[in-house]
Amino acid sequence: MRSRTLPYLLIAPASLLLAVLFLWPLVQTAFLAFRAPGPLGVDVWSLAHVRRMVSDFDFHTALFNTLGLVVVVVPLQFILALTMASMLRHIRAGRSLVLWIWSIPLGISDLAAGLVWLAILSERGYLNTVLHAVGIISGPRSWLTYETPGVLFAAIVATELWRATAIVLVILVAGLDMIPREYAEAAEVFGATPWQRFRRITLPLLRPSIQTALILRTVLAFEMFATVIAIGGRNFPVLASKAYNWQYFDQNTGVAAAYALVIMGAAIGATLVYLRLLRSPEQAR
Amino acid sequence: MAEIVIDRVQKSFGATLALASVSLAVADGEFVALLGPSGCGKTTLLRIVAGLETQDGGRVLIGGKDVSALPPRARGIAMVFQNYAVFPHMNVRANIGFGLRMAGAERARIARQVERTAALLHLEPLLERYPAQLSGGQRQRVAVARALAVEPQVLLMDEPLSNLDALLRLEMRAELKAILHEAGTTTLYVTHDQTEAMGLADRIAILQGGHIVQTDRPAILYRRPATRFVGGFIGSPPMNFLATEASGGHVGLGALRFACPRANGPVLLGLRPEDATISESGMGFELAVIEPMGSHALLTGRVDGQMMRVVAPPDLAARPGDLLHLRPDPARVVWMDATTGEAINA
Ligand SMILES: Nc1ncnc2c1ncn2[C@@H]1O[C@H](COP(=O)(O)OP(=O)(O)O)[C@@H](O)[C@H]1O
Ligand SMILES: [Mg+2]
Repeated sequence: MRSRTLPYLLIAPASLLLAVLFLWPLVQTAFLAFRAPGPLGVDVWSLAHVRRMVSDFDFHTALFNTLGLVVVVVPLQFILALTMASMLRHIRAGRSLVLWIWSIPLGISDLAAGLVWLAILSERGYLNTVLHAVGIISGPRSWLTYETPGVLFAAIVATELWRATAIVLVILVAGLDMIPREYAEAAEVFGATPWQRFRRITLPLLRPSIQTALILRTVLAFEMFATVIAIGGRNFPVLASKAYNWQYFDQNTGVAAAYALVIMGAAIGATLVYLRLLRSPEQAR
Repeated sequence: MAEIVIDRVQKSFGATLALASVSLAVADGEFVALLGPSGCGKTTLLRIVAGLETQDGGRVLIGGKDVSALPPRARGIAMVFQNYAVFPHMNVRANIGFGLRMAGAERARIARQVERTAALLHLEPLLERYPAQLSGGQRQRVAVARALAVEPQVLLMDEPLSNLDALLRLEMRAELKAILHEAGTTTLYVTHDQTEAMGLADRIAILQGGHIVQTDRPAILYRRPATRFVGGFIGSPPMNFLATEASGGHVGLGALRFACPRANGPVLLGLRPEDATISESGMGFELAVIEPMGSHALLTGRVDGQMMRVVAPPDLAARPGDLLHLRPDPARVVWMDATTGEAINA
């Protein structure tokens, strides 16, 4: 009897803390988004904030930009990290040093990372200095303007790839290290080529780590904010920056909360999709 | 033609010498057991033949071709791993069919082979299960089935029956022998179990501390061990060794005298427990323990103060403390050098 309840007792404090610090603000956000002043001056249930958000002139741009970033950044990061992790497997000496170097961007805040790339890409930045020096351009030139959303997008993607691929890499490397070598060896003895071993043995056995990495990365990509602000400012709206603008410039917490809910909904939706698509058959551990 | 030739193969792991300089030839269709105590380098040698480990020196030839530089998949082998290495994300059916799928065999042939090998190893009811739902012995049988399914020319097995219970092991042993003999598969079979090696192999190679000390047919290994270690490792109970002193080409034990190939000096007299009969006279044997085994009785006692085991008829009327008399069969006695432990040949 005691041994049955004990585990629940032990996880109770953590669960409670999470509920208070996490669920409660969530509920509050929902309240903020769905309650507006009614005709009698008291707050009533209402879709006013949501309507205001949807009719916002660049709501669709923000939605489209955010989705675009997620759809481009996450798969690219995943493929990049998987390739890097596989290459690391073939290194014996100095492996941890290489991993350490590759993870350096993780230690930099996203705002700082955005500023680093801004310094490279701005009008008088490093890129233009180099381009000028080799004679491709004749004078200062702006790359990051509202007229060049494609370049803005590419710059943000580059920043994110540089900054946050390592988090996927670290998860995948840990996952690969947990797969015993003997499975790849057995596959090799039974005639599997390197590609077949990767496809038939490594990838399926890595599935739990892939799931974790993709969920984490996708959720963070929906919340992308500081890098976007640093590079695109108001010229490249995303959901998170819209929420910020409504809160601090328009002083409208209700609409900001509605944006926050959209981000959360997208993140939860993506998580559910991953959980379903990448689940391991129960019998196969 | 798929003979295996292991030519002066060496391997060290850092400061640990795993294989000193091992040479061994397995003829086409032959079954050779690699027998030795745990840690003597059996798995290492098998992995080098498979190409999963690189030797520091020497060559491996399969079917007359030097495969030392080839990856495992190009060596034309199948293998049963000591720790099974059954793929956890595939069910038993997919595991058994894996090698054939990689070889691009047709579906019908794969299905047929899977059914056949599964039946051979009594795995039919388990085909849809995943390894996590199997016992250790069942996983081991899947590993064996996976290797047999590809009908290899060369089969490497690393303790493939170690995890089966005694009865099943006996049954599998007989079936394995029959199948491999019929298919003419060249087999290198690693085991630390001497009865298994004796029962299965055409020839046995005894590996001790990274050296092969003797390679021969089981009967010869049993009769004429090349070293004291082989005599003690093969046979259960092991060979008895009595330390004595030769003088004038003879050795005296109790009331008996034996002709000895060494003229003078300390020697070891080796005698199998079943090679002495109990009689009215002979060398004195103080009986200490008697173990009735059904088919025979196993006696433990002392001769000249040295421990010795003897097999006696099951109906022997004797008690601990009795003084019996033994008459060893002089033709069955072997002699070893007392210091090197190597056989002295007449
Ligand atoms: N990968 C390895 N790294 C270091 N030492 C090893 C390795 N594999 C085996 N050894 C050592 O080599 C010796 C032979 O091992 P092994 O071939 O596994 O023996 P066996 O299979 O006969 O029990 C042992 O001393 C073992 O500790
Ligand atoms: Mg071993």
